[in-house]
Amino acid sequence: MIIQALAFYLFAAVTVASAVAVISVRNPVHSVLFLILAFFNSAGLFILLGAEFLAMILVVVYVGAVAVLFMFVVMMLDINFVELRQGFLQYLPIGALIGLILLVEILVMVGGWALSPEIASAVAAPTPAPETVTNTHALGELIYTRYVYLFQAAGIILLVAMIGAIVLTHRRRDGVRRQKVSEQIARRAEESATVRQVESGKGI
Amino acid sequence: MAAVPNLIPALPEIFLALTAMTLLMLGVFQKVDGDGQATARFVSYLAVIAFGLTILLVVTVGGGRKLTFDGMFITDFFGVFFKILVLIASALTLVISQGYLKVQGMARFEYPVLVMFATLGMMLMISANNLISLYLGLEMQSLALYVLASFQRDDMRSTEAGLKYFVLGALASGMLLYGSSLIYGFTGTTDFGAIAALFNSTAEGGPSVGVIIGLVFILAGLAFKVSAVPFHMWTPDVYEGAPTPVTAFFAVGPKLAAIALLLRVMIGPFGELAGQWQQIVAFISIASMVLGAFAAINQTNIKRMMAYSSIGNVGYVLIGLVVADEAGIRGVLIYMAIYLFMTLGAFTCILCMRRGGGMVEDIKDLAGLSRSHPMVALAMAIFMFSMAGIPPLAGFLGKLYIFMAAINAQLYTLAVIGVLSSVVGAFYYLRVIKVMYFDEPTDLLDRPVSREIGLVLAGSSLFVVLFVIYPLPLLAAAKAAAQALMGG
Repeated sequence: MIIQALAFYLFAAVTVASAVAVISVRNPVHSVLFLILAFFNSAGLFILLGAEFLAMILVVVYVGAVAVLFMFVVMMLDINFVELRQGFLQYLPIGALIGLILLVEILVMVGGWALSPEIASAVAAPTPAPETVTNTHALGELIYTRYVYLFQAAGIILLVAMIGAIVLTHRRRDGVRRQKVSEQIARRAEESATVRQVESGKGI
Repeated sequence: MAAVPNLIPALPEIFLALTAMTLLMLGVFQKVDGDGQATARFVSYLAVIAFGLTILLVVTVGGGRKLTFDGMFITDFFGVFFKILVLIASALTLVISQGYLKVQGMARFEYPVLVMFATLGMMLMISANNLISLYLGLEMQSLALYVLASFQRDDMRSTEAGLKYFVLGALASGMLLYGSSLIYGFTGTTDFGAIAALFNSTAEGGPSVGVIIGLVFILAGLAFKVSAVPFHMWTPDVYEGAPTPVTAFFAVGPKLAAIALLLRVMIGPFGELAGQWQQIVAFISIASMVLGAFAAINQTNIKRMMAYSSIGNVGYVLIGLVVADEAGIRGVLIYMAIYLFMTLGAFTCILCMRRGGGMVEDIKDLAGLSRSHPMVALAMAIFMFSMAGIPPLAGFLGKLYIFMAAINAQLYTLAVIGVLSSVVGAFYYLRVIKVMYFDEPTDLLDRPVSREIGLVLAGSSLFVVLFVIYPLPLLAAAKAAAQALMGG
């Protein structure tokens, strides 16, 4: 138990520290690297919770894809982060004030939280006990069986988004040379090359 | 091994989704000759046929109350009623779009495909029986509409309309989601049936504040989608900027779906809280009617005028929701059916306003229409008289049923304000007729009008004129649909 607690505090502390570093370091590349560190430590927290599937997904998707994407954006776009960060100190008090108000509101709301006993029976998606099924199985059961309708609808929404992006930005340009594989394969040596006798001392 | 869900109730939606994807593939792999107009036209007519087949499927699946996908999807007669209206609206929109798309050089096959996906989203909204399926349907519809609004991507106004609609629509979705999460947090469920059952059983203590805040947020999000008054600011700009056939679609399809959703959510899960939301809806209704009537007077652009007119019409419809009994709901259903034909007809007339190959949109451009296009002017006059609520026409009957319901429920204030604002509204509808018939023409509009547009005009104006003679089928259908909603 003590090891588990130690691991939790280690992961949690590193997560919070690297999250702070993400927004405070000057170099944007370092910032993305700290973000990756935060993702890894959150994955560790998920493992402590017994959610091994989520932990792996976090590493694969966020570290493997999203963070790399961020890295590309940071390196390819020449954004002046120093300029963006100007006025950070100036707006700090008002930002802190708003954050504090939100925190107080959340505390008040959670403090006044009362659920009537009937609600316990109406919970939307009760998860089965973790001893009986694996993580992956439980998630699959929910996403692909119980919520298959929502899963498919979300898929169609993404398709619409894709069509929209293409409709609004794709333009057919003239003078673009496209690769036509069938024509390339159908070409024969006789059509594309001729053998000529060239007399010495003269051109063709 | 879990059982496969019953797919039969969702058959029309599944069919429409698969057809839309097939048509998308067809459009992509079709050989492009010239600028792709032939493909666009071909896909459009296939899409119209697909809408027709979907209507048949909707009717075949029928109106018995069925739940499927773990209670997330519901079909009942109320849904059938609205789905048929939405499908008719989408099909007619595609038919009247053809000429415009060609003239403006925006005939691309993605247009009918996006209209199909928007329609699919509307059908999912109408059939939603869960807060999550509600949101997904709404998002599918809105996303396709954002793209359609800026479909004329080289036109400043069109892209501006799309962007405005997108930013404000995202804000409204945010409010809706926040409300939904509060409801989920305080009730522990997103299922409409379970939420309704909770309020039934805990009636004595009264609902908690969190639930009410969530309800207000959901109401605000939905009011945005139907462009009711405090949330109407986007409507005139988007209607003016979007391509005209898209505006026609905006004025009808999404409104039908959002009104259906509003009715289902307010009467279904939150029916027990009627005391909480009735006053809000009453305020929204009065504000919409008054603003719709007064703000339209000063407009010179006919699309902007129609935008304010649609805001006013939503105000009248919401009276029926405030009444919240069977007569009120029936009034809403009749009104929406008539509104569909009036509005689409009026926009079809606006689509005829071309001069020298380009579109014109000012009300004063209609001058002399009675001499250059006597039939179009006659049709436009019919639609305007009907919207103003002149007796023998359909628009009058629609208003009559709603005001009658309000008076029977002793909501005299609402009924009186409704009648007064429709008198004010009559001013700008009649002004259009005056311009068409009595003003001296400056430059005549182009002739001839295409055959598709002529057919749609003839059909919808006949419906508006003849409805009073044979109203029974629609009245009976609306009654059955209202019973299905109230009984469910």
